[in-house]
Amino acid sequence: MRRLSWAPRLSHDGNREVKWTPTHIPEIAQATLQHLGLSVGAVAIGLALALLVGVPSARRPRVYAIALTACNFVFVIPSLALFALLIPYVGLGTKPALIGLTLYCLLILLRNVVTGLRTVSEDVLDAADGMGLHPIQRLLAVELPLALPLIVSGIRIALVTTIGIATVAAFIDAGGLGTIILSGIDQNYTEKILVGGGLTAFLAIACDLALSRAEKSLTPWR
Amino acid sequence: MFTVAFDWILAHPTLFNRALERHLTMCAIAIGLGLTIGLGLALSIVNSRRLAAVAVNGVNALRTVPSLAILALMMPLLGIGIWPAVVALTILAIPPILLNSYVGLRDVDPTVLDAAVGMGMTRGQILRKTRLPLAAPAIFAGARTATVQVLAGATLAPFIGGGGLGDFIAQGIGMMDSARMLVGAIPIALLALTAEFSLGSLEKLLFTPRVGK
Amino acid sequence: MIEMNRVSKRYGQTVASVDDLSLTVPEGTTVALIGPSGCGKTTTMRMINRLIEPSSGSIKVNGRDVMELDPVQLRRGIGYVIQQVGLFPHVTIAENIATVPRLLRWDRARTERRVDELLEIVGLEPAQMRGRYPHQLSGGQRQRVGVARALAVDPPVLLMDEPFGAIDPVARGRLQSEFRQILARIRKTVVMVTHDLDEAVTMGDRVAIMRQGRIVQYDTPDVVLSKPVDDFVADFVGSERALKRLALFGVAERMSKSPPRSTAPAISRNANLREALSAMVGSGSDRLAVVNAEGIAIGELHRDRIFTP
Repeated sequence: MRRLSWAPRLSHDGNREVKWTPTHIPEIAQATLQHLGLSVGAVAIGLALALLVGVPSARRPRVYAIALTACNFVFVIPSLALFALLIPYVGLGTKPALIGLTLYCLLILLRNVVTGLRTVSEDVLDAADGMGLHPIQRLLAVELPLALPLIVSGIRIALVTTIGIATVAAFIDAGGLGTIILSGIDQNYTEKILVGGGLTAFLAIACDLALSRAEKSLTPWR
Repeated sequence: MFTVAFDWILAHPTLFNRALERHLTMCAIAIGLGLTIGLGLALSIVNSRRLAAVAVNGVNALRTVPSLAILALMMPLLGIGIWPAVVALTILAIPPILLNSYVGLRDVDPTVLDAAVGMGMTRGQILRKTRLPLAAPAIFAGARTATVQVLAGATLAPFIGGGGLGDFIAQGIGMMDSARMLVGAIPIALLALTAEFSLGSLEKLLFTPRVGK
Repeated sequence: MIEMNRVSKRYGQTVASVDDLSLTVPEGTTVALIGPSGCGKTTTMRMINRLIEPSSGSIKVNGRDVMELDPVQLRRGIGYVIQQVGLFPHVTIAENIATVPRLLRWDRARTERRVDELLEIVGLEPAQMRGRYPHQLSGGQRQRVGVARALAVDPPVLLMDEPFGAIDPVARGRLQSEFRQILARIRKTVVMVTHDLDEAVTMGDRVAIMRQGRIVQYDTPDVVLSKPVDDFVADFVGSERALKRLALFGVAERMSKSPPRSTAPAISRNANLREALSAMVGSGSDRLAVVNAEGIAIGELHRDRIFTP
């Protein structure tokens, strides 16, 4: 259970030895899994939404501009404030966290989906139409595969960003590595802060590297 | 719910204004310091490929550490209160400013620099009259991103005793009071949107290429 | 065969890029649409496969009105080759060519055989080329693949929009004559848009000269070059049309079979009269010895035989 105390107490000195980590691996693992679940979940839903909005708006500049501005507005709102704005409607816990994180991903994902689709050159599209591909066939067989490198790049950036923001989810009872950091603040326990922060950074870097590799292997035709 | 929040603010003006003032002060100082340090660092690394690589990699690594952790790590080092928070926020502001300024300064058209040297300008003059003005759009973009980061970080400052509007959100969570959360969340959101919108407009105003006569 | 009857395309009220145009392309012939920029030739061609829809008039392909067919099905039955080729960069050459067969659900074995067959027809080595990607090919090779792709399901009609426009001039002439031979062999109804008069005259059985959305003259290259119907056409084909016309006739048709003088310069039997004239001017001789592939003289061409019609 979380202890919500927003005024950190300096009731004991900060601990400087590695005493807590080895005996609390299950707790750390659970927090990590929660954290990953929230982040990956948000990016997955965000991707679906980005495709839903991005595909029709790739060739409609005005629609795209409106959608992009809306996402941009959400993106600049600090995460805790966004979660707080959602809580009156969906309560505490995973729901506001997931919704908020998904909304944050949208800006990056939408931008990359649309930019990716726009890089497909006009003559390839013309040839596809002229050969008798259905619009949907054209999308699935030609446009999306060619847009894939940029889309994967967007997923990478979105995931890394979301992993960082998801630490705040701890405040609203959604779990994740932020709980360890918070607990460290509460108890003035430096080791916890380092473990929580360090693991988050590590997750972010690991995802960054893995997806970079994926990005490179997706363009054998270059 | 929103009206309850509003009423609370009207009923407690001093409390609210103090938090607002604290919030704005922290952010302003952090952005100011961030600009100075970030820009200064960018200027010093722009001529050295190796220093630049070190700085860029270091800053990129820093970006993966969540802001909450950066704030929290101030505690064992600097204790709690407004100044540790400001330091943490400055640390958050530096990466975007440094990266953008560095790229902006580095990518100035070499033919322009060549012309400046050819005209007999001193290093200082070249910097002031050509490099900085041409890098200004990038620096501004960096400052814009930094502002968003700092505003976001300031929301979490109360958790290390820094005060600010985030205090109300924290109280709201502790008291299970949604209205109290909104007292903090709404002004913070409005602040962020205003900053983004006005900086965006300012950017367009200052840096859109002018159509000459 | 393609019948276009009083076809117009209007954008807005006043601008007609194609104006009351009627054209019949007999089966198995190649028609070259040519004219200055903006004359409507590309718009005309793109109405045949309904990439552009006509504002009025009717277009029939093999007796069926194109507006009554499902556009996607229509296009699968018409080969389409464009200037920039538009090969899909993310799949291999073989997969590019196999696009329409896949859409029509041909089985794999049949598709592979067809791909190899087509690569040979367009002059590419199948074993070498099938697994390559478009970016690994030269411009000329890419255009050959583009044609192979268009011919994949053996459509009766082929549309070509400036097919050699993006090829460098050195390779272009060679590709043009090669494709003339390929088209002659496979017997398709072809509509080709070009801005290059030499290309139109080399590759077309008929040439349609267009201007401001209308056809000004539609006839064989010989007639268009020798009897331009008005000043515009005369101007368009240029003052060297008599010389261009010479290129339509081969040396073998005009030579006499008598043994040539040994001092006469040699010319290949596959050359055309323009090349022969050029050789005579260059060498200062009034006659040439026509030789076959082995270099043996098979006849003689006298200058007078070039001048008589």
